[in-house]
Amino acid sequence: MNLLNTFFNIPILIDTFPLLLSGLLVTLEIGVTSIIAGLIGGLFLALIRLYGPGPVPFLAKIYIDIFRSIPLLVLLIVVYYALPFVGIRFSPFVSAVVALTLVSSAYTAEIFRAGIEAIPHGQFEASQALGLSARHMMVDVILPQAIKIVIPPLTNNCINVLKDTALASVVAMPDLLKQATQAQALSANPTPLIGAALIYVALLWPLVSIVARLEKRFGREKRP
Amino acid sequence: MSPLIRISNLKKAYGIFTVLHGIDLDIAEGEVVCVIGPSGSGKSTLIRCINRLEAFSDDSSIVVDGVTVGPGKALAKVRAEVGMVFQSFNLFPHLTVLKNVMLAPMRVRGTKPAEAERKARELLARVGIETQAEKYPGKLSGGQQQRVAIARALAMEPKVMLFDEPTSSLDPEMVGEVLDVMKTLAGTGVTMVVVTHEMGFARQVADRVIFMDGGRIIEQGTPAEIFDNPKEERTRSFLRAVLEH
Ligand SMILES: Nc1ncnc2c1ncn2[C@@H]1O[C@H](COP(=O)(O)OP(=O)(O)OP(=O)(O)O)[C@@H](O)[C@H]1O
Ligand SMILES: [Mg+2]
Repeated sequence: MNLLNTFFNIPILIDTFPLLLSGLLVTLEIGVTSIIAGLIGGLFLALIRLYGPGPVPFLAKIYIDIFRSIPLLVLLIVVYYALPFVGIRFSPFVSAVVALTLVSSAYTAEIFRAGIEAIPHGQFEASQALGLSARHMMVDVILPQAIKIVIPPLTNNCINVLKDTALASVVAMPDLLKQATQAQALSANPTPLIGAALIYVALLWPLVSIVARLEKRFGREKRP
Repeated sequence: MSPLIRISNLKKAYGIFTVLHGIDLDIAEGEVVCVIGPSGSGKSTLIRCINRLEAFSDDSSIVVDGVTVGPGKALAKVRAEVGMVFQSFNLFPHLTVLKNVMLAPMRVRGTKPAEAERKARELLARVGIETQAEKYPGKLSGGQQQRVAIARALAMEPKVMLFDEPTSSLDPEMVGEVLDVMKTLAGTGVTMVVVTHEMGFARQVADRVIFMDGGRIIEQGTPAEIFDNPKEERTRSFLRAVLEH
């Protein structure tokens, strides 16, 4: 009973719930913004890595490798605490979105690249032989087929981005984790933290099971 | 009259391995040319250079209908005028048969959807698959898929049609239906360059047969000249080998 009162104190949970929900909203704002920006940036990076002129593919590869190597927490702290020394000052929200997007676009680029490279060469040749421009070939022929392949790993990446938003609490962003730790301090009880953990699980569990189902479905589907 | 396709000194190498040793070849408008020869002789490479699916050496030149085939802007124009049919069909699996045929005219020529659809249905009827228009390519037999691929290429109203062993990946019972479509097409005056192992087709349809070996044109002439009275020993031994099977 004592344990329940400490870790799952219903009155405290009810009291702090609005605070947690406001934190969830911030988490979603950071997450969704970064996911969308990361998708756009990742597709762009994948295309210039595959088809860019001269040294561009190499530079894209360097970018991708660096941002897949750097720990997100380190990057976030650099963006928020180090850049001001050279006069670049971002709000906590922008810092979090910038750091998440830089990393997410690097992962997304590799996912898109693998998807495009999985399309049989004959699809490119048929498009070229018909006289389609590079843009139409991508938009009408290659990407619609690649999307099927990349949806499971992209969903996986979304999950990772949403989880990683929790790191934004270190730059004083009032996200779900930050609100929970504050509520814990105020109420001198860890229940809000448990509440936050449950909200994360409730948010991400459906996505996790969707990925599993997609992987099973696309895995079974025979490629033409 | 100047030829529709003029190939001069066409050279192509993969690293140190030379695939085409300076080919010269003129093809007239309306001509049906069949290219035969042993595996690895460079037949596919030759026709894939015509629409520059393969890049070739700088001192080579290919001119199609007055336009030089090279990297850059003019290439799009050449490709729009040159249709190609592949051994492995290469239909777009995510689009219906109808959309496969409609895509290029809409995107490259700016044809309106209604007009593109009318044209596509007409072409599908011509190759005998109008009833399959709403299906996806994966649901069709190989012979049907190849006929869709021919319709897709024809939708651009090309001046030249290139065929790279269009029946080689088909089950034997489907070879005839594709060859029939090609025979009809040859009768309409379209310029055709056909790489094929179907000697019967070449004999019956070709205006000219080209025999290649080792990246060179060894001999060329009318079907009667090549099949009944080959001059070169290599042509004779090749024909003996294929006709015995
Ligand atoms: N991408 C490549 N890299 C290296 N060598 C190649 C490549 N493509 C073709 N070749 C070589 O070039 C030569 C000519 O090939 P090509 O495909 O033009 O022959 P082909 O006459 O069409 O033969 P087949 O009847 O088997 O289709 C072959 O020896 C082949 O091995
Ligand atoms: Mg070949």
